[in-house]
Amino acid sequence: MRQTPSKAVPAIELHGLERRYGDRPALAGVTLTVQAGETLVVLGPNGAGKSTLLRVLATLLRPHGGTASVLGHALPKEAWAARKRIGYVGHDSMLYRDLSGRENLLLHARLHRVDEPEARVAEVLEAVGMSKRAGDTVHTYSRGMVQRTAVARAVLHDPEVLLLDEPRANLDPGASELVAPLLAGRTRVITSHDPSDADTADVVLGLKAGRPHPLEGLYA
Amino acid sequence: MYGKGLRPLAIVTCVVLTGAFALAFFYAPMDADQGLMQKIFYVHVPMAIVSLLGFVLGAVFAIQHLRTGDRRHDLRSYVAIHLSLILGVGVLVTGSIWARAAWGHWFVWDEPTLVSFLIVFLLYCCYQPLRFAIEDPDRQARYASVFAITAGAFVPLNFLAVRLAQQYAHPRVLGSSDALPPKMRLAFLVSLLGMALLYTTLYRFEMTAKNTRLRVHSLKRRLGGDVVLGRSAAPR
Amino acid sequence: MSAVKALLRKELRLELRTFEAIPAMTLFSIITFVVFHFALQQDTVEGSLASGVLWVTLLFASMLGTNRLFVADTEDGAMDGLLLAPIDRTALYVAKAIAFLTFLTALEIVAVPAFYLLLLGPAAGDAIPGLLAILALANLGIAAAGTLVAGLATQTRSRDLLVPLLGLPLLLPVIIAASKATAPLFAAGGAEALPGRWLAVLGLYDLVFGLLALAVFDFLLED
Repeated sequence: MRQTPSKAVPAIELHGLERRYGDRPALAGVTLTVQAGETLVVLGPNGAGKSTLLRVLATLLRPHGGTASVLGHALPKEAWAARKRIGYVGHDSMLYRDLSGRENLLLHARLHRVDEPEARVAEVLEAVGMSKRAGDTVHTYSRGMVQRTAVARAVLHDPEVLLLDEPRANLDPGASELVAPLLAGRTRVITSHDPSDADTADVVLGLKAGRPHPLEGLYA
Repeated sequence: MYGKGLRPLAIVTCVVLTGAFALAFFYAPMDADQGLMQKIFYVHVPMAIVSLLGFVLGAVFAIQHLRTGDRRHDLRSYVAIHLSLILGVGVLVTGSIWARAAWGHWFVWDEPTLVSFLIVFLLYCCYQPLRFAIEDPDRQARYASVFAITAGAFVPLNFLAVRLAQQYAHPRVLGSSDALPPKMRLAFLVSLLGMALLYTTLYRFEMTAKNTRLRVHSLKRRLGGDVVLGRSAAPR
Repeated sequence: MSAVKALLRKELRLELRTFEAIPAMTLFSIITFVVFHFALQQDTVEGSLASGVLWVTLLFASMLGTNRLFVADTEDGAMDGLLLAPIDRTALYVAKAIAFLTFLTALEIVAVPAFYLLLLGPAAGDAIPGLLAILALANLGIAAAGTLVAGLATQTRSRDLLVPLLGLPLLLPVIIAASKATAPLFAAGGAEALPGRWLAVLGLYDLVFGLLALAVFDFLLED
């Protein structure tokens, strides 16, 4: 029997991914592979489909064509399994304003079936520097605090893949530094407006009007 | 393809409907109590039956749509419900005329079928506003299907509840089609056939028109033109 | 199951903190009883009139509650947060429906005694067991259908209009059955027997709508 060297399952694999909004293509022909631990940076002007791509990877939107798989789980069929291992920080905080930071995190910890939810929540709150204000309702938080809590929510279940929608825009530099250790060691997909972010990436995707586009002339 | 066979279908429909009316007026005997006005029965009841079946058909297509995700089923569901609604207006109008002629009032709460139908009609009147209120076409189609299925399940429950709640003060011709004398029964059945054919023909016409429009849009888009679509309640 | 518990906890906690639904529904009912007093020009009502007043008021109060059911979830993408979790999405429906059921019960704990005090003529103490049975079954139906309608209408542009337009016809069988069942309980000469047939209709409605909503609600959430 022929021995094939074992190939690690790529963290993300897309072939001709398509997503439509009515008749208009929001994403078309997106093909790429991201190995575990790598960072993918998605660049493009507004409306290029960066957030849409992220939402498809997060299993919030289903692909309309092509294939997509995250950590070996085909979407949308195995979306349920994928959700356990994906964390997503979008433009919205996804927090209930009238619950406290701790209550929000406990809810998500329980829904994600995290072991010992209270301990884990306390640990993560400490890591983002929110332990003191965790008992106050989210609606009293400043923007930076909300963002840090949102990141805390995303890493509660220790996901292998993290999807971050324009983290620079959403996290101020102080918060970014604080939060960086939490984000490390995972496969990351980051969308950005800033072409210089491509320097730190392992894989770069330029998107324009939903289609892959070379980096030159992306913002023309 | 929807365009095929439209003309023969339309012709057959016209023939059958004309035949039905002829039978109703000249062949079926005059009703002893209600006189000429009773003839409305031959229009009103078949229309009601076809309309309700159309709503159920809409629910069936909606189930198909949710199961397969194929938007064509949503279009079929939309057209089915839309036409049933139009027929429904006819049902209510003829029902009112009949009620007025037979019992002196434009609407009678004693007639359970008419009351149930009114409720169902009011519910389905919300179908298009619901669609119109959702802009994302995929979501619009999905929500509309959910509604069509819910409303479809509601129809029998509603008829049951209303029927139980009513006391039959007036002799009802509606439930007694088995007790119809043969001449009346024939006229009724032909009329029912005619209504069903009418529904089918209108359904085909509307599907053809919609499909053609969708094709034109997609061709325009492929040619690179701008297709500006306003908000719409119809599937796109 | 644990997902339903966690979500239900969230629902109840949010309601206790923000009081979005229960006080509004309760106040509305009491004010409506007063309106009925003047509109009907009666000091007391009995029989089928009493039954009608009670059920119309409860129906419209529950429409108010239905309007608010998903509001908190649509803010700040909170619903997305729930959709990211590896849970069966039907749990979202179940938790919301149970929460709504709780709100309706809280509403009735205040509204029904208020009705007894303000408007009901006959001293209908022995009507209570029957009334409780009817309320329990009707609440299930209102919760099942109301949550479904709320889910349908919430993310549309004209939510406030669509909720009553969709909800009222759909709830009509519940109102028919509940008011017909309650009428003999409020009879002038003392409570009469409860017509079991209407309880059967309510039960059937609850079953059909409950199952239907469970089957179909997922499609409202997926994208």
